Amino acid sequence: MSLHKLTLCELQKQFQAGEVTATEIVRAYFLRIGQVEPKVKAFVTQAKESASMEAEVLDRKLKGWRKTLPLTGMPLAIKDNICTEGISTTCSSRMLQNFVPPYDATVIAKLRTQEYILLGKTNLDEFAMGSSTENSAFGPSRNPWNLHCVPGGSSGGSAAAVAAEECVAALGSDTGGSIRQPAAFCGVVGLKPTYGRVSRYGLVAFASSLDQIGPITRDVSDSAFLLQAIAGHDPMDSTSVDRPVPDYMKALQKRDLKTVKVGVPVEFFAEGLDPDVEQSVRAAIGELKALGAEIKEIRLPRTDAAVAVYYVIATAEASSNLARFDGVKFGFRAKETKDLLDLYMKTRQEGFGPEVKRRIMLGTYVLSAGYYDAYYGKAQAVRTLVCQDFDAAFKEVDLIVTPATPTPAFKLGEKSEDPLQMYLSDIFTISVNLAGLPAIALPCGFSKEGLPIGLQLIGRAFEEETILRAAHAYEQSTQWHLKKPTIR
Amino acid sequence: MEITQQDVEKVAQLARLAVSAAEKETFAKQLTQILGHVDTLSQYDTTGIEPTATVMGHVNVFREDLVRPSLSSEKALANAPEREVDGFVVPKILEER
Repeated sequence: MSLHKLTLCELQKQFQAGEVTATEIVRAYFLRIGQVEPKVKAFVTQAKESASMEAEVLDRKLKGWRKTLPLTGMPLAIKDNICTEGISTTCSSRMLQNFVPPYDATVIAKLRTQEYILLGKTNLDEFAMGSSTENSAFGPSRNPWNLHCVPGGSSGGSAAAVAAEECVAALGSDTGGSIRQPAAFCGVVGLKPTYGRVSRYGLVAFASSLDQIGPITRDVSDSAFLLQAIAGHDPMDSTSVDRPVPDYMKALQKRDLKTVKVGVPVEFFAEGLDPDVEQSVRAAIGELKALGAEIKEIRLPRTDAAVAVYYVIATAEASSNLARFDGVKFGFRAKETKDLLDLYMKTRQEGFGPEVKRRIMLGTYVLSAGYYDAYYGKAQAVRTLVCQDFDAAFKEVDLIVTPATPTPAFKLGEKSEDPLQMYLSDIFTISVNLAGLPAIALPCGFSKEGLPIGLQLIGRAFEEETILRAAHAYEQSTQWHLKKPTIR
Repeated sequence: MEITQQDVEKVAQLARLAVSAAEKETFAKQLTQILGHVDTLSQYDTTGIEPTATVMGHVNVFREDLVRPSLSSEKALANAPEREVDGFVVPKILEER
């Protein structure tokens, strides 16, 4: 079997047993990338040279003494808003087109310690702002299941690369659904960990109270495996939480869902839900029941408020985070400016794309004198109500099941002219970020047009084990994750 | 609430973002539409509700003020759009007398 067909856990097993070399792995993946990348366009930067060199060094070292770590030789792709020392990190923005980070993000340092191999940096909506990768300054990525459709966003490049088998697994970041929505659109598994579970140090900040890095993988075991490698406290991120990291692979051993109470929020099955999505998700709920779970209808009455709250809080935080891009210390600088103020204003005008500007404007507006209380203060208070909804629900149930998105992947260009419609497509994922909870999206069927449909499981804070266990039990009793796209 | 092109201009100035005439028109329309949606939040009664700034209830995190290895000036300057030997170059701010 071709190496690119294996899951992370399968490839890891073969490599650890010495059945395959790192050089063979890297060669197989760049062969695959050469075949499908011109169509999928998942990468901003391919790191062929450094990957081949690292593989060679690893193989030579292992010849002498075969001592491996869990991720030794494993070929991963990384979203291009996560800093990689010596490899450009663009955020798919003109502003950072030539930026080469002088340091590694903590997640990258952790992967490097485990001797992973970086295949390349993946495309995203500029600064992770968007739901389709159409906001990338370097052009959109494509959905491997249908090249006329978007892969979702903002981690669309990572999800497309995993679905197209251009890497064994990838990292993304999720501020309002940016891991789960593209995972659902591309038929792969995306996990957003609890806020504070994974260090954000070296993740280019979009909305600091919502951002979280997580794995995008081919199945649930790979998700648990990769989460294990990146989770944990980091003194460099004051919002990372000092709690022991459990053994996530162990959580997968239980194959049934007896004693697990699963909540189905009525608000998520309302008008606007695509009939194919509803049918697949209802069938998945039936499967969870068959596995022994107790299914219970619940209410999250403030669901409707989530999008509005999010677009106030996220843009407010973004407007201050993105103030650092001023053309002085790094990044793009406009030419021919008459003074310092003019340099700031023109650098930002020329360096940022339309969606980023729109969000900076919105964020600056809601924080400005006279509007702060009416917008920002109000949104923060309603955020509390959204959190209270989840608190109440999790007194009754252990996890919550919902569709990951209201529709399957939409066509390129379908929503790009209407920002509000684009924002509303995140309705099922956003509230999870507002409450800081862990959630996973995994395949649960296909639409009549053959596009993947995603199921979302939401857990209590720091209970990644529960959602992984349920996701794994579901995956083992279905075949959806085994279907692969024909890229044409 | 209607966002005018004057509002856009004022906010753009605060955000240190130059905007073209076309952008002013587009942003005025789009911000009006998006804030119209945000106004639906007024239906939620938030009297006496504490605002949430961060979910994990973090307080300030302190550490010892120790000397640690840090970026060399060469590395720190490597991405500068314009530099001199050991500094960033910016347009003149103070007038000569």
